[in-house]
Amino acid sequence: MKHDPIPIRTVAATVVAAVGLLAGHASAQSMADVQKAAQARGLSTADLLAAAKTYTPSGMKDEFVIFSSGGHSGQVHVIGVPSMRLLRTIAVFTPEPWQGWGYGVGNDVLAQGNVAGKPNLWGDTHHPALSETNGDYDGEWLFINDKVNARVAVIDLRDFETKQILKNPLTVSNHGLCVTPNTEYVIESSQYGVPLGWEYATMDKYKETHRGCVIFWKFDRKQGRIISGESFAMELPPYWQDIADAGKLASDGFIFINSLNTELATGGIQDKKPPFEAGVSRNATDLLHIVDWKKAEAVFRAGGAKEQFGFPVIPIETSIAEGLLYLTPEPRSPHGVDVAPKGDFIVVAGKLDPHVTVYSAAKIKRAIANKTYSGSDDYGIPILDFDAVVEARVEVGLGPLHTVFGNDGYAYTSLFLDSAIARWTLGGEYGKGTREPDWTLVHKTPVQYNVGHLGAVHGDTVNPLGRYLVAFNKWSVDRFLHPGPLLAQNFQLIDISAQGANMPVIYDLPIGFGEPHNAQIIRADLLKPWSIYPEVGWDPHKQRIDPMAPKKGMERVTRDGSTVEVWMTVVRSQFNPDHVKVKQGDTVIWRMTSLERAVDAVHGFAVPAYNIAVSLEPGETQTIEFIADTPGVFPFYCSEFCSALHLEMMGYLMVEPN
Amino acid sequence: MSLGFIERIIGPRVSPEEAWKRSIRYGTPGFLLLAARILLLVSLFLPYWHMELQAPQYPGGLHMTAYLNHLTGDVVEIDGLNHYIGMRSLYEAAQLEREIGVFIMIAFVVLLELAAYIHSRWAVLLVAPVVLFPVVFLVDLQLWMRHFGLNLDPDAPLSNSIKPFVPTALGRGGIGQFVTIATPGIGLYLATAASVVLIAALFFHRRAYLPLVRQQAAKANDGST
Repeated sequence: MKHDPIPIRTVAATVVAAVGLLAGHASAQSMADVQKAAQARGLSTADLLAAAKTYTPSGMKDEFVIFSSGGHSGQVHVIGVPSMRLLRTIAVFTPEPWQGWGYGVGNDVLAQGNVAGKPNLWGDTHHPALSETNGDYDGEWLFINDKVNARVAVIDLRDFETKQILKNPLTVSNHGLCVTPNTEYVIESSQYGVPLGWEYATMDKYKETHRGCVIFWKFDRKQGRIISGESFAMELPPYWQDIADAGKLASDGFIFINSLNTELATGGIQDKKPPFEAGVSRNATDLLHIVDWKKAEAVFRAGGAKEQFGFPVIPIETSIAEGLLYLTPEPRSPHGVDVAPKGDFIVVAGKLDPHVTVYSAAKIKRAIANKTYSGSDDYGIPILDFDAVVEARVEVGLGPLHTVFGNDGYAYTSLFLDSAIARWTLGGEYGKGTREPDWTLVHKTPVQYNVGHLGAVHGDTVNPLGRYLVAFNKWSVDRFLHPGPLLAQNFQLIDISAQGANMPVIYDLPIGFGEPHNAQIIRADLLKPWSIYPEVGWDPHKQRIDPMAPKKGMERVTRDGSTVEVWMTVVRSQFNPDHVKVKQGDTVIWRMTSLERAVDAVHGFAVPAYNIAVSLEPGETQTIEFIADTPGVFPFYCSEFCSALHLEMMGYLMVEPN
Repeated sequence: MSLGFIERIIGPRVSPEEAWKRSIRYGTPGFLLLAARILLLVSLFLPYWHMELQAPQYPGGLHMTAYLNHLTGDVVEIDGLNHYIGMRSLYEAAQLEREIGVFIMIAFVVLLELAAYIHSRWAVLLVAPVVLFPVVFLVDLQLWMRHFGLNLDPDAPLSNSIKPFVPTALGRGGIGQFVTIATPGIGLYLATAASVVLIAALFFHRRAYLPLVRQQAAKANDGST
């Protein structure tokens, strides 16, 4: 029946026999073999238990997914839990050739992030924020900020691709990023005080000229875009605003932003003035910002914002007059402000105070209603009396930064200086879930080393799921082989499923691509990504069929004056056409469609001399445009090993010299 | 009085009283013919043939399903793979058959409808094509597979390593790293069941009407002498 010169049947038979032998061998394995292997590698029982909890055999899927900021890489990293395997890197602010990002794919999106008209092709991604519905992740969208240039990106979780980048029109650097409980707004808070709108001012006029701000970017879920025209900002004092978190349930309608440098320090170390590190941490307390965003939205809609640098900004005076903005003292040099699942408590940790300070949403509301102020700041913003709004203070350890929540009444705070994760009990309604008394430290698990943020499964939503916590450690020191002096960061997985002192580290994942900051962990089944684009000729940017996409049978090269248009289809293992002849100086518009419908049948389009790399995922269409200024013969080829005849999948771009 | 041509074809009539009295005898052939019609009509909406291709890089396998009038499944992917060995697109196979499949089936139903009114041996002529249909389907399929497998494009990328071959219409085969498994679909089973029912129908038809035909012939002979 089959005439096959290669004895594939024989090969197959051999393989089948080998698999049979292996299977036979596997069934003969016993715990004694496990012990022997563990002994040979010096593994303890705890190690074996950790392995059993995390080892994920080929084909088994992870239950949860981490969306981690990529730090300097300007990207987002997607990691499975509990396997801690890196599943995907999403290019955002930085060109990335595998995805073609910036080399033919997403060039327009990257250009949206131009700073003062110039490309700034790296980002310092800090805080990912998954879109939320009723205060819980819905798995549809992801937002992330770029600290260095105050930008915000929108990522579509159907194809894990960046769709939009927004440059903050007012300020230079940002820090906080969060979404409101139904993703009405993506909230971006500024970091360092600067004169708004890229103005110039000297440091001696810092107080008068410099400002902070918070932007409320209006998100349109249907369009999958932030609508700049419906967004607005609030002017803030030039404290260094830091992390922002949105209120929910009991605190719905509020945004909490902490700040440092309420001292308004301006440095000047070379002039024998206190350096920033001293000037900024001089005061015993800094100021937590409490913003009533629903009221602010109403004020903006009623025309209460002033156009500043082409963007509507609610001035500080208006915020005071309309009751949009309040301050309250918080432990100094704070880094985290985290709203508890029911929205009733707001946890702030100051790096230089061993306590977490817990504020009550109800007390804040009452203090605002009763005008229980202890004074106002230099800009006239009322300061709510600390004692009137605080609920509890819990001593957790040295260098507390960020807090996430479990499903059973525990809160977890990262301790940078102690290099540990503190587990402590919440009070109020949460107290019933834990056997320890309310508001007490229960246990500290050492982590290696210097933990920054931490993440728990849905740990910053209305519905935390417990189970796993990840410490995002800044240093790894001696945990891994040294790949030269630039060491990997260390993501440590911690099992938090048991109560009390039982919360062991069970996996170390080295991160060798930048310094991630925050990450969020979502149930994998909430994500509904496409495995292939829905139809052939799909434009991923617009998420619909591109009517101009080249179709099978319609491949051609056309010329109109000095513009050459290429209509190319791409399928295993051919580019059609595979000869493209142009003249030096021609403008080339090259449209390409992948005809593939098989999962993972991805092609790359790589062109030498012209700095072009395109990733064509099944069904995807892309258009690139360039001027054929370099004459010569350029073999273009498929840069993904797509098939047995992958090497043969190539063509020639011939640029005839003038 | 000799019988007319029409009368000879439609065979003897049974009076309503007689049919009522011996309802099993005279009702069974009609009932079975009706059952076959229903089986065939239902089969129109069900798959007639499946082809599964198994290979390491397709963990769930590739699947193709043929209905009487259309193909579904991973046809595009299978076509894409077939282009390496120079096999023509599966959409080009049995185009006429797929176009007329539904009409053939309607014609069969009409034939069986007519067969129910014909109480002579001529009924066999009407029923026979329907009985043979599953066999014809498989033979046609095998001819197409043979035609496709033997007429590979000699300029195809892998024509040096894969020689023309004849895939099997049913059962296991292999090509390259693929194991192919061809199985009948539920529609083909229903059509086959219809054939069996029709053979039974012919048996009961003969039992019910042959005596009447003989009586009629004898009467006609008496009348003429």
